[in-house]
Amino acid sequence: MNRILIVAEHVDGKLNASVAKCVSCAATIPDAEISIAVLAADGAAVAAAAAAIQGVARVLLVRNPANEPALAAVLAPQVAALAAGHSHVLGPSTTFGKDLMPRVAALLDAPQVSDVMAVESATRFRRPVYAGNAIATVEAPPGRQLVATVRVASYQAAPAGKPAPVEMPALDVVLPAHTRFLSVSAAQNGRPDLQTAARVVSGGRALASKENFALIQRLADRLGAAIGASRAAVDAGYASNELQVGQTGKIIAPELYIAIGISGAIQHLTGIKDARTIVAINKDAEAPIFEVADYGLVGDLFSLIPEIEKNL
Amino acid sequence: MRRILVGIKRVIDYNVRVRVRPDGAGVVTDGVKMSINPFDEIALEEALRIRERGEADEVVAICIGPDDAQQQLRNTLAMGADRAILVKSGEPVEPPAVARAFLKLIERENPLLVILGKQAIDDDSNQTGQMLAALWDRPQATFASKLDLKDGIARVTREVDAGLETIEVELPAVCTTDLRLNEPRYIKLPDIMKAKKKPLDVTDLASLGVDAAPVLQVVKFEPPPQRQKGVMVKDAAELVAALRQKGLV
Repeated sequence: MNRILIVAEHVDGKLNASVAKCVSCAATIPDAEISIAVLAADGAAVAAAAAAIQGVARVLLVRNPANEPALAAVLAPQVAALAAGHSHVLGPSTTFGKDLMPRVAALLDAPQVSDVMAVESATRFRRPVYAGNAIATVEAPPGRQLVATVRVASYQAAPAGKPAPVEMPALDVVLPAHTRFLSVSAAQNGRPDLQTAARVVSGGRALASKENFALIQRLADRLGAAIGASRAAVDAGYASNELQVGQTGKIIAPELYIAIGISGAIQHLTGIKDARTIVAINKDAEAPIFEVADYGLVGDLFSLIPEIEKNL
Repeated sequence: MRRILVGIKRVIDYNVRVRVRPDGAGVVTDGVKMSINPFDEIALEEALRIRERGEADEVVAICIGPDDAQQQLRNTLAMGADRAILVKSGEPVEPPAVARAFLKLIERENPLLVILGKQAIDDDSNQTGQMLAALWDRPQATFASKLDLKDGIARVTREVDAGLETIEVELPAVCTTDLRLNEPRYIKLPDIMKAKKKPLDVTDLASLGVDAAPVLQVVKFEPPPQRQKGVMVKDAAELVAALRQKGLV
C-alpha cells in the first residue's frame, strides 16, 4: 500500500481549494491510502472540510498557536514528524507548498518532484521544465520516501464524500523562534480567487494605464470573474503582482479565460494552456495569443469591451 | 567579515526558445547561448546593493557546474562580486546535493546571508534555498521582493499567492529572490578588465565531500502538447453568442 500524506493549505479557517486537487492527484497513485495533515491554531473547521473530501481516509489535526499564520520553518519539522510511515508527502504547488515542501524534503532526506502534472506509477511522474517548453518524465527510487508538489492546474477538485475520522496525534517537536510573521497585504475585495476561479479576465500592456485597467475590472465583475494580468502589465504598474498570470506568476486552469490586449509571450501561455476555453482580443492580428485561442477577435479593446458588455 | 554568498547557475539564456531533442534525451544545447539564471542575477544585484549600503563587506559568487561556467562567474566579478568559487561538476546536480555543497561552503565562509534565485529556469525545481535553510537549521525567506537588514535581522517582503507578505528572520538566513526585487545592473567594459584580476577559485564536489549521484532519473523529455488554433469571430456580438452557446457566459 502507498500511504500518502497531503499537507493542507488554509487561511482564516477556510481550506484552500488546492487541497481537493492534491487529493485527486494522490488518488491516481496505485493502491493509495490518503491522509491529510492540518496544522493550525484551532483547525476544527478546516479539519472537518478536509475530512469531507472523497477518498480521504483520515485527517491528522495538529493544534498549536504557532501554526498560524503559516511559516515554513515552523510547519516543516511538524510535517516531517507526521510523515513517518508514509511513502509520499504531497503539497500544492502554490507559494505555500513551494515554500514548505522542499524544507520538509530536506528534513526527511527525501528527494522532491516539483509540479507533478501526471502520475504514471507510484514512482514515475510527469512534470513541466524549461517554463513548460518540455515535459520531463522522472523516476524516483523505489522504497524511499518521496516529497512532491502538485501542479494544481492539472487536476480537478475531488468531490465531497463520506466524512473521514479526525485524529489528533501528539507531536514532540521543538519549533524554531527565528522567523516571525509581520503582515500580509489585504486580499481581493470580494472577487473570486484567481487561482481557482471558473472565469478569468486578464489585461495586458495594451491597456496603457492603471486607470484603463478598470475596464478589465468592470468586465470581470460583470462576468463574476477573477482578474488577471500579463507580466508586462504588472511590470508597467497597471496591476498588482499577485494578479500576474504565467510561468513566473500564477498557473491557472479556468473554464473561460479572456485575454485582452495581451500579445501572448511564451511565459504567459505557459500559465493558461490548461484553460478550457481561451478568448483573445487584440488589435494585432499576428499576435501569438491567437495561435492558442479558441475564439479570436481582432480590434480595439477600448471599443470592444463596451460592446461585449452591451451584448451580455 | 560580514559576508554574503550568492548562488549562480549556468542555464540556457532566457531568450532562447528551448526545443526538445528528437531522441527525447534532453533539450537542444548545441550552439545555444548560455547565461546566468535570471533569478540568480537578481540575487547578486541585491547582495551588491547591501554591500554598497555598507551593511556587508564581501560578496562571494558560487557556482556548481561545468568548467565553462567560469565565464558566468567572470561576469559576476565584472558586476561587482569580490570573488568567486566554481565547484566543478560535469553532470547536472540535483537540488539536495547543491544544498549540501552550499552547506560545506557555509561552514568555511561563515556568511551573514545566503541569497539564491527562487528557481532555475531550466529544471524549474524551486527547491535549493529551502533545502539549504533546513540543512543549515536557519530561517528561510523565499520569493523576496524587498529585503532590509537591520541589527542582525532581515525584514523581507515575499510575493505570495495572497499578495505581499512581510516576515522577519534572524540572521544568518537564506533568502530566495523573486523578479521584482531589483533590476540587475549592466556590466561596463572597464569592469570586465578589472574582473580578470579578481580571485576565482576552482574546486569540485568530491573535494567538498559531497556525494552528488542523482537520485531522480529523468526517463525522457517530450515537447508539450499543442493547443489547436480556434476560430476568428468578426465582432463582439458573435463572440458573446458563441460563448453563450457553449454555456460559458
